[in-house]
Amino acid sequence: MHAKEDTSGLVLDSVCLRLEGAPLISIDCQIRPGRILTIMGESGSGKSSLLDFIAGFLKPAFQAEGKLLLNGEDLTGLPAQERHIGLMFQSPLLFPHMSVLQNLLFALPPSVNTRSKRKEAAQKALEDVGLAGFAGRDPATLSGGQQTRVALMRTLLADPKALLLDEPFSSLDQTRRADVRDLVFRLAREKNLPVLLVTHDREDAAAAGGMIHYLDGRDPETGCAGFAHGKPVSVQR
Amino acid sequence: MVILLAGPVLAGLAGTFLPAFGYLPVLGYTSLSLDPLRDLFEMPGLTKSVLLSFGTGLAASILSLAIVLVFTAGWSETRTFQRLTRFLSPLLSVPHAAAAIGLAFLIAPSGFLVRLFSPWATGWTRPPDLLILNDPAGLAMTFGLVAKEVPFLFLMTLAALNRPHIKEFYKAGASLGYGRMSVFFKVVLPQIYPLIRLPMLAVIAYSTSVVDVAQILGPTTPAPLAPRLVAWMNDPDLSKRLMASAGALLQLFVSACALLTYLGLERLAGIWQRARHGSGRRRRQDFLARQAGLYPMILIVAVMMLSIALLALWTAARSWWFPAIAPQKWGFGRMADAFGMGAPALAATLALAFASAGIATALTLWLLDDRSVRNVSTQGKLNVLIFLPLLLPQISFLFGLQMLFLVGGLSGTFVAVLLAHLVFVFPYAFLALSDPWNRLDPRYAKVATSMGASRARVFWQVRLPLLLRPVLVTFAVAAAVSVGQYLPTLMIGAGRIVTVTTESVALASGGNRQVAALYAVLQLIIPLMTFVLAALVPSLVFRNRAAMRLER
Repeated sequence: MHAKEDTSGLVLDSVCLRLEGAPLISIDCQIRPGRILTIMGESGSGKSSLLDFIAGFLKPAFQAEGKLLLNGEDLTGLPAQERHIGLMFQSPLLFPHMSVLQNLLFALPPSVNTRSKRKEAAQKALEDVGLAGFAGRDPATLSGGQQTRVALMRTLLADPKALLLDEPFSSLDQTRRADVRDLVFRLAREKNLPVLLVTHDREDAAAAGGMIHYLDGRDPETGCAGFAHGKPVSVQR
Repeated sequence: MVILLAGPVLAGLAGTFLPAFGYLPVLGYTSLSLDPLRDLFEMPGLTKSVLLSFGTGLAASILSLAIVLVFTAGWSETRTFQRLTRFLSPLLSVPHAAAAIGLAFLIAPSGFLVRLFSPWATGWTRPPDLLILNDPAGLAMTFGLVAKEVPFLFLMTLAALNRPHIKEFYKAGASLGYGRMSVFFKVVLPQIYPLIRLPMLAVIAYSTSVVDVAQILGPTTPAPLAPRLVAWMNDPDLSKRLMASAGALLQLFVSACALLTYLGLERLAGIWQRARHGSGRRRRQDFLARQAGLYPMILIVAVMMLSIALLALWTAARSWWFPAIAPQKWGFGRMADAFGMGAPALAATLALAFASAGIATALTLWLLDDRSVRNVSTQGKLNVLIFLPLLLPQISFLFGLQMLFLVGGLSGTFVAVLLAHLVFVFPYAFLALSDPWNRLDPRYAKVATSMGASRARVFWQVRLPLLLRPVLVTFAVAAAVSVGQYLPTLMIGAGRIVTVTTESVALASGGNRQVAALYAVLQLIIPLMTFVLAALVPSLVFRNRAAMRLER
């Protein structure tokens, strides 16, 4: 980071990941609150390692350089559970042994401290995404779109300070996809969260509306340079 | 952790090694000498005992693997396969001794099979004077071992086939015109064999040094090496202990030879197999080979089922004289008597089974969770240590362990026996749980952690409930292994801790079939109970969770 004052949002300061010494991915950027940075790349281009690094799950085989800042706080050495970074994957990953309500209550911080308040917050979250009355349901009985909406609310109830989205819409069919996607982006903007979206779907990237970076060097269509293996990196400032 | 795993084994080996060379201060032997070895080699029939141990053990292991592989090759993914799987899985939990006693009741000269054909076909009105049981070549013993190891190796193969994408290989092979069995041996087996290998080596180490099955079904003139060693160890003449320790070293050598022989054969088979990979022969007509794979399996399942049924029948028989096919008089009086007598043994068995299974399962969970949290892979040196007790003949380090406990004043205590059980129970618990644990989607834990959940919370509220079924199955497997332990209980328990297993082996050679059968049935009850619980509890707890039902 060279800008000294403004460190709001999610900042990746000269981050470089290596796998057993070989450079895998270099990135240097700032995602401001309420903005979305989209990363596009084929599988194997290191994007899941990047997400692991940010969320705090990097495997010991990898080495990381650089710093990770969230709203000015250095997260680099923190364990995953203290980073306040919400994660969403391809599949909704609702805990199959819990009801929809229990899934949401699991996410809610203990600071919401009475039973009724907790339940109320969870119910409200369900109403916000049009799923009022689904609290007692078995997650397995929900449709894919409904599950993704519950997973989104579960992520948000944990009160994250940033969001990482790992192709969260790719399991949805075309009709639902746009609805769910708009909902996720709208809520993230409302909560003023910096969002990192990883996808290989062009529509997703376009809908996100932010900057797009191509891990494989260049956009195959426009020929725009992105940040590539071991090379200097474009920066969103 | 390393000390915990390898400690008892290494200490036990040392405790066997020293007396084998004449050093046993407790009994006043303090000079090193080769006398124990000399005494050992002067025992009559020793060569025959060694050959019996080597031959029966290795033959039984290889035969078991062959039966399992040919059956799996010919029938996996068919309805026949699923049906037989349902029978084979519970057979795994039948302790060796109980299976051997049941088999003895079936094939003995006065057993059920002879009765079935007597006197109308054979003319026998008295049990024929034939050495069907305890035959000098050890055929009955080999069959008994095969009947018990086939379910084990089968379930290990089944678990290995559970890997992702295996089904697609079948389709890919079939679409290239290869027969079902060709696809298995040329494509599938090379991928899953590494997972079957370790269990197979454990089977060889076990079979070449088995005591309980050998005592019930094996030859007696002379007996295989391991049962003779136990007899020497328990001889009132204490000086025979030195010779027994020397014999335990010989047992280690015999089992090592069997393992090396197998590894040599494995390599030859690999070379032969690779040479044929490119031959292009598809063997589309494999009808005969498939039949050849099916019948041995059906035979084993039928024999085991019949044996267990016979055990149950005998417990309820008041008199059942040759050559009647069914008991003449039924009665439960004797059963009640024997039950009263056996209650302390049953209580000890239960306590040992639940304590060792509980500790082993908890230890396995802790180890696996620790590995997941530290993000390290589950392969490594530690695995070799975990399985070390299964790759050595039990007797080779139990002798030494017994000495150590004796010196430490722990011999015959519950804690000592529990420790000895844990040495063998833990590897099986680890074997049973590590695969389901590693197959659980790691993203569940990631999602939970990213919501701020602590390690403990992720473990108790996410991982453990998601794995409730395999965890309970692991507990059941561990309990079954504990119940089946004969030699550790006998050696470390020193007659003061007796279980239904040691009792039933002691009774098997006696004349009272009802009581022997009863103890054998008691051996079956505990594993049965835990497996039923492992099936019922998750379906009850998760009765409203569709995704939790179909898992495994």
